[in-house]
Amino acid sequence: MDQQTLRRVEKQCIQEEAPACQSACPLHVDVRTFVLKVGQGKWNDAWKILDKTLPFPGILGRICHHPCQDACLRKNLGGSIGIGELEKICVDQPKPRIRTIPMPKKNYSMAVVGENLSSLVAALELLRKGYGVTLFTSRDRLGGSLWDMETLSGEIIEKELAVLGSLGLELEKEQDTLDISALLENGFSAVYIGLDTQDCNSLALSDTPDLKTFSLGQKGVFAGGIPDEQGNLLPLNQAFQGRAAALSMERFVQGVSLVEGRENEGPYPTRLFSNTEDITPLPMELPANAEKGYTIDEAKAEALRCIQCQCLECLKVCPYLAHYKGYPKKYAREIYNNATIVMGNHTANSMLNSCSLCGLCQEICPENFSMTDVCLDARQDLVQRKRMPPSAHEFALQDMDFSNSDQFMLLRHAPDQKKSRFAFFPGCQLAGSNPEHVIQTYSFLINTWEKDTGLMLQCCAAPAHWSGNETKTREAMGLLEQSWQKMGEPQMVLACSSCMDMFKKYLPQITVSSLWEIMDQCEIPDTACKKAGQTMVIHDPCTTRYESRMQEAVRSLASKLGIPVTELEFSREKTQCCGFGGLMENANPAMAKKQLEQRVNESELDFLTYCAMCRESLKGAGKPTAHLLDFIFPRKAEDENPGAREKVGLSQSRDNRTRLKKTILEQIWKETSKTRGDTALLISPEVQETLDQRRILHQDIRATIAHAQEETRKQMQSVVSGHFMACHRPFMVTFWVEYSPAETGYTIHNSYCHRMQIMGEHS
Amino acid sequence: MITNLGIEENKEWKCLACDALLKLDKVRIDYMNGSFTVMLPCCPKCGMALVPEEIALGKMLEVEKLLEDK
Repeated sequence: MDQQTLRRVEKQCIQEEAPACQSACPLHVDVRTFVLKVGQGKWNDAWKILDKTLPFPGILGRICHHPCQDACLRKNLGGSIGIGELEKICVDQPKPRIRTIPMPKKNYSMAVVGENLSSLVAALELLRKGYGVTLFTSRDRLGGSLWDMETLSGEIIEKELAVLGSLGLELEKEQDTLDISALLENGFSAVYIGLDTQDCNSLALSDTPDLKTFSLGQKGVFAGGIPDEQGNLLPLNQAFQGRAAALSMERFVQGVSLVEGRENEGPYPTRLFSNTEDITPLPMELPANAEKGYTIDEAKAEALRCIQCQCLECLKVCPYLAHYKGYPKKYAREIYNNATIVMGNHTANSMLNSCSLCGLCQEICPENFSMTDVCLDARQDLVQRKRMPPSAHEFALQDMDFSNSDQFMLLRHAPDQKKSRFAFFPGCQLAGSNPEHVIQTYSFLINTWEKDTGLMLQCCAAPAHWSGNETKTREAMGLLEQSWQKMGEPQMVLACSSCMDMFKKYLPQITVSSLWEIMDQCEIPDTACKKAGQTMVIHDPCTTRYESRMQEAVRSLASKLGIPVTELEFSREKTQCCGFGGLMENANPAMAKKQLEQRVNESELDFLTYCAMCRESLKGAGKPTAHLLDFIFPRKAEDENPGAREKVGLSQSRDNRTRLKKTILEQIWKETSKTRGDTALLISPEVQETLDQRRILHQDIRATIAHAQEETRKQMQSVVSGHFMACHRPFMVTFWVEYSPAETGYTIHNSYCHRMQIMGEHS
Repeated sequence: MITNLGIEENKEWKCLACDALLKLDKVRIDYMNGSFTVMLPCCPKCGMALVPEEIALGKMLEVEKLLEDK
């Protein structure tokens, strides 16, 4: 991700956009925080918020026409927050000491003409920027029409305007006779003419300022304080124009563009989305004494009605995004920094590897922000620069190598067929989860659908893609394309939606169909479990998010099977990941658990799914879950609960895949193969669970014992239990196995592993 | 620098080949660009070292993760 991409991506996340109240205010007062502080009774903080953006807050706080209120999202939910009244009571409170750091003095002098509000604000802004300012007026006092306002006492006006003097404003009592050109020639770098001071109008020589920069035709001359389209001269607009002109004057003397980057000056429509669906309407808090306005308590109560608008739509649905205590815009920056730092820790590695890449955030986000794209891009970058933590995806990638090895890979035309018009591609996970279902489905396809359907056992490379390893992905995709060509370029029948995603992404020339759509066109096999059981909820795998035809087919099949189903709140295009997607479970098991728990807690009902991996994950969380094939090809009698099948562990998944190849060759093609009998391992269910958690396979255990016994003869023995302890490092992982010989094979008591390597022993 | 992992003197495991009880000794362990010297139970004769389970899953795992993010 380069800087430009980062900017584009960051812009898509709108959480930091101003709330509607703030963007409707010409001066962009941070109304949301102001109201929050009032609600908390923190009047000093509230005062400081006003003072930050409002010039002369004691004046404007009492007379502004609060356009913020009209924009307030509470408007139709009990009425807008009474922001104007809250401002009034705030500035009635004693003003706290507010420390401001003065800007260094600049060697430019500015002339400001007029004593009305726009001129006063222009002068104040320029003084604060460090410019010398001389104000020209024909009157004895500053403030002009402010003195005519009932809500403002003379005391307040004088107190508020005193800041000008303290910042060094110089006054010249001359106005009508001024020569603007002469001012520019005599040392003033720019001039502001306050058109809200009647007598000044002639100085503008009938010229009117543009409404963006407030510059006049004559270079270096600016003017503001003009009424709106309805002819009203509103104090807030006077202040805005004075401020905008002061910024233009500064830009003018600096010789930079007057117009660049000023799109959002003044009121503008905000991009912030704030969901009000679940907001309960609350009536406005009205002051008991309308004339006196709010009491302190009334003001607090009114402020507490504020919704505190923000977006965070994605965080509401994604436990992963919520976990890191920020929001996508911040995450994108952290991930960008993670990629660009030279020294120090890559603190965002874990974050970018923990996303399930499920795409729900993009679906939910009003601006389509995709954390998937950000994380996948970052993973690809890490892999390319050889910076990817080796432990993050190693197990999954080795599992993929296994599936693409002779132990699982198989290409066959149907028996007695010389060609394949179609090919069934069950994928590794279904094969690992339930090899019998693969055999039954394949038999069903060749017997009742199309007899020239071949079989392809292979991996679709999804793990490599998810891990960000593009080289490995392309290699595996190349292998898959070769297999497809060897099979005579058949139309692929896919059981897994992740496989389908991969085919569509990397091999778009291949026609693919979902097994479920095909099955939905066929007669349901007689052996299917058709007994109406309890109502189930459908869990759509996250890779079916936009596969609506597949989702429909599954619902149609469920109906034909007589399974009463209802929908989860998050289903179809809003479905939630099971925690396996994007290798989340590999890189961050704790996060995957969180994701899974949220999913499982969505419904008390049993789940029905059509992805083998989703079934394994959901089962692992203790959720009664059935795979659609559990109903279509039930194990034994119809009265058996089709979802009763236990979760399949990692070693068993590999064994199942090897066994599938052997069994399907025997059953369908009548080919027998010799297999070397493996040493028997006796493992209790508790130890097996530990092994799966630690991703230790039976083959690792066998290799470790064999290594200790046959190759090195180096092992240890416990003087307490008599158990042996063997150690082996077949790749970047060192395995330890505590075992004892059994009648046949070995009893495994414990096993663990680490990645650090023991170098010097006894040094 | 030698890092003490807080392992107590071993009383359980002996080296099968040398028939000697393992004793704490200095061992160098490496991962990626990191190298440490730690005290681990070792055979006093052949030097074979044992990484106890709680070390492999605790301190060692922590250090592995830190080194991977370096």
